[in-house]
Amino acid sequence: MKKFSGVDYFNIETLYTDEERMIRDTVREFVENEIIPIIEEYNRKSEFPVHLVSKMAELGLFGPTLPSKYGCAELNNVAYGLIMQELERGDSGIRSFASVQSALVMYPIFTFGSEEQKDFWLPKLATGEKIGCFGLTEPDYGSNPGGMITRAEKVEDGYLLNGAKMWITNGTIADVAVVWAKLDGVVRGFLVEKNTKGFTAPEMKGKHSLKASVTSELIFDNVLIPESNLLPKTEGLKNALMCLNQARYGIAWGVVGAMMACYDTALNYAKSRVQFSKPIAAYQLTQEKLVYMLTEITKAQLLNLQLGRLKDKGLLKFTQVSMAKRNNCEKALEIARMSREILGANGILDEYPVMRHSANLESVKTYEGTHEMHTLIIGEDITGFPAFD
Amino acid sequence: MKIAVCISQVPDTATRIKIGSDHKSIDPNGVTYIINPYDEFAIEEALKTKEKIGGDSIVYVISVGDDSVKETLRKALAMGADEAVLLKSSSAKDSIGIAKALAEEIKSLGCELVFCGKQSVDYDSGITGQLIAEMLDYNCVSVVVDFKLEGNKITAEREIEGGREVVETELPAVITAQKGLNEPRYASLKGIMAAKKKIIAEKPAVDSSSFTEILDMHLPPSKQPGRILGTDKSAVPELVRLLREEAKVI
Repeated sequence: MKKFSGVDYFNIETLYTDEERMIRDTVREFVENEIIPIIEEYNRKSEFPVHLVSKMAELGLFGPTLPSKYGCAELNNVAYGLIMQELERGDSGIRSFASVQSALVMYPIFTFGSEEQKDFWLPKLATGEKIGCFGLTEPDYGSNPGGMITRAEKVEDGYLLNGAKMWITNGTIADVAVVWAKLDGVVRGFLVEKNTKGFTAPEMKGKHSLKASVTSELIFDNVLIPESNLLPKTEGLKNALMCLNQARYGIAWGVVGAMMACYDTALNYAKSRVQFSKPIAAYQLTQEKLVYMLTEITKAQLLNLQLGRLKDKGLLKFTQVSMAKRNNCEKALEIARMSREILGANGILDEYPVMRHSANLESVKTYEGTHEMHTLIIGEDITGFPAFD
Repeated sequence: MKIAVCISQVPDTATRIKIGSDHKSIDPNGVTYIINPYDEFAIEEALKTKEKIGGDSIVYVISVGDDSVKETLRKALAMGADEAVLLKSSSAKDSIGIAKALAEEIKSLGCELVFCGKQSVDYDSGITGQLIAEMLDYNCVSVVVDFKLEGNKITAEREIEGGREVVETELPAVITAQKGLNEPRYASLKGIMAAKKKIIAEKPAVDSSSFTEILDMHLPPSKQPGRILGTDKSAVPELVRLLREEAKVI
């Protein structure tokens, strides 16, 4: 098959710096060599390719925007976005792993942790020696995390944690969980280490989506957390939401990778699949689909680039991240479904990546803020009326 | 120790090559360039050698060409090479011209160990490394698939027709790399950021007259479409007749 060479109808290439392009190309090559050849097999057996962790770490994919003193690459946010984009061209589940490790574990430790916590955890998370997860969502509290039931209680030796979290990426394989719980009514962040007594993380089975990624429950039954494992600078739900904002930023970029994979597959297929007397790409109905896909990809690419440039300048509003996450996920899912239509029956086979992307994107559209919640976040921003409590 | 790696940029192997209007060069429009794949093995072996011997070894990457080669040199720096030298030349050089320019630079840098790819995948001459060795009076082992350096002594395994041979030689030496020598590393993100601060020295390539001249360049004749004689055994007699009378292969 023809080597993937990107989708760039508006010469957006010229708006990236040399380093940004080089980083993207390196990750693209990594994905081509290490992820694409194995991903269908792991997806089929619902298994996370754990051997990729050390390879991704060696490349520097974990916490890449953090300072070099922790072993990180100190990249800007556009480069970070491009990494997410390329990883998700491979698979949303693999991108999710890197997103969680970087945006939901390393970011909160870096932002809300003590010097000791940062010095201990960040280098180990950067090298992949330790894996992290993020526990905010609960079985009954998804879009409304403020209602969480998980509680921490101050005791003599630290804190006693009780409650349960659900839909936690990396949970079962994590060495450390960043867990959000109410302490005297205020949401705080805690580092819960693997094998702590009373803490279990069973894997959730039976997923039709993100099959090459580990999703778990976290259960806390009188788990004693030492004082030193409280993230000292957390002071409310807003800190957890700051983490989500980081992750959403990565998702807005990531799904463009899935879009590109689906478009590229559909275009190549349409040009070679002959029905009646000519390739299906020669029919107007197919062309309309391909043009729609390419147009939406181009719009999403430009949206992301400006989003990244604003973030690098410190001017980004979280409502802008909501808009990019909301739009790009919706369009990615549409493009994946359209690509499947162009591929006809072949589209349902895992010989092609489109049905896997399509199934993955069902999760991606929902996690890190549903499409509906992002609509209401932007709605409140432009009207001044909150449509939810 | 100073180690040199000579690299060349070549059209991406997935590129569809078009011949330029002068019929003596390729049309560079729309061509993306990559590091010659055999040179990646050379870079990796130089980096591994440096890591093994430690101390204050320096790995130089050297290339002959125009400004466009800088991006390729930058990639080698991102993989971990310490310094790069671009020997600028606007006119095309033949293998001897390129070898001469590289040899001069290797001499002035004082590199005792030189790695090259066994050939570049564009012009495929496959002699640059050997020419450099001859010009500098260095030892040379070509088409190497295994390399060991102990002190001054080199033990190298090279591919020969139908097998392999193990040879011993000593520094100074030129080694040309074959696929299988190693698994080239990816440029890490930290490496890419570090490469930004590394120097690419630019010097004019030494002038030398070419020993060869390109008279004409053309694409191979386009493949004739196949012919289907039939889909069952009734087609066999006709197939045999055509193979005998038309293709004259049986």
